[in-house]
Amino acid sequence: MNAPLSRQWDTLRQSRNRRLERAASLGFGREIPVDRTIDLLEAVIQPGDRVCLEGNNQKQADFLAESLADCDPARLHHLSLVQSVLALPSHVDLFERGLANRLDFSFSGPQGARVAKLVQEQRIEIGAIHTYLELFGRYFLDLTPSVALIAAQAADAAGNLYLGPNTEDTPAIVEATAFKGGIVIAQVNERLEKLPRVDVPADWVDFTVLAPKPNYIEPLFTRDPAQITEVQVLMAMMAIKGIYAEYGVKRLNHGIGFDTAAIELLLPTYAADLGLKGKIATHWALNPHPTLIPAIESGFVESVHCFGSEVGMDNYVAARSDVFFIGADGSMRSNRAFSQTAGLYACDMFIGSTLQMDLAGNSSTATLGRITGFGGAPNMGSDPHGRRHASPAWLKAGREAYGPNATRGRKLVVQMVETFREHMAPVFVEELDAWQLQKVMGADLPPIMIYGDDVSHIVTEEGIANLLLCRSPEEREQAIRGVAGFTPVGRARDIRAVENLRDRGVIRRAEDLGIDPRQASRDLLAARSVKDLVRWSGGLYAPPSRFRNW
Amino acid sequence: METLDFRFDSKPAGSAAAPALCGVVGSGNLEILIRTGDDPAACRLSIKTSARGFADTWRAVLGDFAATHAAGGTTIAINDMGATPAVVTLRLAQALAEYRGGQL
Repeated sequence: MNAPLSRQWDTLRQSRNRRLERAASLGFGREIPVDRTIDLLEAVIQPGDRVCLEGNNQKQADFLAESLADCDPARLHHLSLVQSVLALPSHVDLFERGLANRLDFSFSGPQGARVAKLVQEQRIEIGAIHTYLELFGRYFLDLTPSVALIAAQAADAAGNLYLGPNTEDTPAIVEATAFKGGIVIAQVNERLEKLPRVDVPADWVDFTVLAPKPNYIEPLFTRDPAQITEVQVLMAMMAIKGIYAEYGVKRLNHGIGFDTAAIELLLPTYAADLGLKGKIATHWALNPHPTLIPAIESGFVESVHCFGSEVGMDNYVAARSDVFFIGADGSMRSNRAFSQTAGLYACDMFIGSTLQMDLAGNSSTATLGRITGFGGAPNMGSDPHGRRHASPAWLKAGREAYGPNATRGRKLVVQMVETFREHMAPVFVEELDAWQLQKVMGADLPPIMIYGDDVSHIVTEEGIANLLLCRSPEEREQAIRGVAGFTPVGRARDIRAVENLRDRGVIRRAEDLGIDPRQASRDLLAARSVKDLVRWSGGLYAPPSRFRNW
Repeated sequence: METLDFRFDSKPAGSAAAPALCGVVGSGNLEILIRTGDDPAACRLSIKTSARGFADTWRAVLGDFAATHAAGGTTIAINDMGATPAVVTLRLAQALAEYRGGQL
């Protein structure tokens, strides 16, 4: 028999203590003077550390990101970054200046082109692109941060944090870091004697610094109704009649595009006229979309749990505490991890858009020269095999997919696209750019956002394809070609096969659904401008200045 | 600017009292005017478009429209500012329904 292993079992704690001692020896208490932020970071971070730099598609620990980027690469190098979203120029500076060389993330929207260039120059090694929930999961498994740099609204003297409505990823990040010997540093917008509520207890937080300006928040989910087109109205009508009403979809998540914003704005008008109030779209995992205000005010919506908040929506949300999740203090607490869990297991439908789709229904938002990732879509846009509770929508979809004796249901995963994007770029393609991107990245797999076998329906201006009813890959291909319009993929359809699919109800056109194209008018939108949304909210919604054009 | 002319066989639309106008000339949009033509079994279309090089796509979109709608006996004038096929198809359906006084 082997002798018991002789080793120390608290090296993480010892490392943490050494870091805290270094900080103390430089005179740092828990509250860090803003002009000594870089000194602190250089004292407590070590080369090779895994650093979580809080940043997602909404709030950003932007001051700490800039401070880290200004640290000396001779002292801090070979950092491995784990974070939801690579969004700020300073995030990419970390790699360009030689502080960091490895990245695990979910989404890199605005920095997608710079990231692609760094990958090609081999100055950044991408561990993997994840969904949000997947990345949070790995924070508790094999990507636990040594140091977390986070953003909070306020701190009190003890170091307790108030995160406010943009709670977002912070609870997940802090819990993973604080309970595995890590260091948590928070930038705060203000110091208060008494916090409205405590979102993170002081003993999970090591240092706070009052940032020179409030942390940046991107109004990512604000869609101006003035930009919604009549084609989008037509597609929204088809989706409501052909999918929401057909399956009785009550619990759902929407993507962020104008296509789904159009649906939100047709709920109080078109859907209400169809008698669907209370029968569809009652429970949501959704950010506080301004375009959902008319549906909420019309009594369509019973409950909304949010991933994050949205700029300008805080007062409105706080005043609708029956609908949103509001603390005893009167402000919302969002939570990306829990809302993503709701999107995965408690929603019967995900509906969103994409940039490219192939003949198997695989879709991707990755295009050549840009590595963007995909955020939460692959999580919400997938059929979870771990689900056990039933609902009418889930059961109906399951029977369509697996036959009348199905022993499981099926999530509805709907991709809603116009067949051409701007500049006549076809959405439907023979091969996704993702395959070429895989080669450029040297990745194990192409960056596919939603796998074709998870997609249940495709909605285009030409109609709805129900892929659950397809019985072979060939049928599936013709069903996709049959709604691909006048793209080369659409024009290469087998006309007889497509008409056969239409006879079977696999493909349904607007006229098959009894939709009059003349009704597809912007007049059908409950709000036609941002100002209309403000009016619907009773003046509680305060849109950011770039959306004010009156 | 490019000018395109097409003629397609189509089921008779029936006679209409007045021409129908639909849409506006704006970026990504188009204007359609439907009037009574002289051949009841054919639809004639004349397109002025700001986007050059899409004659083949126009032929496919308009041919599909003439085949799936009763548009015979009409002359259709289109002023286009880069509308996608989706917009063209929707506007044509709207204009024809208007022209026929509500019948789809």
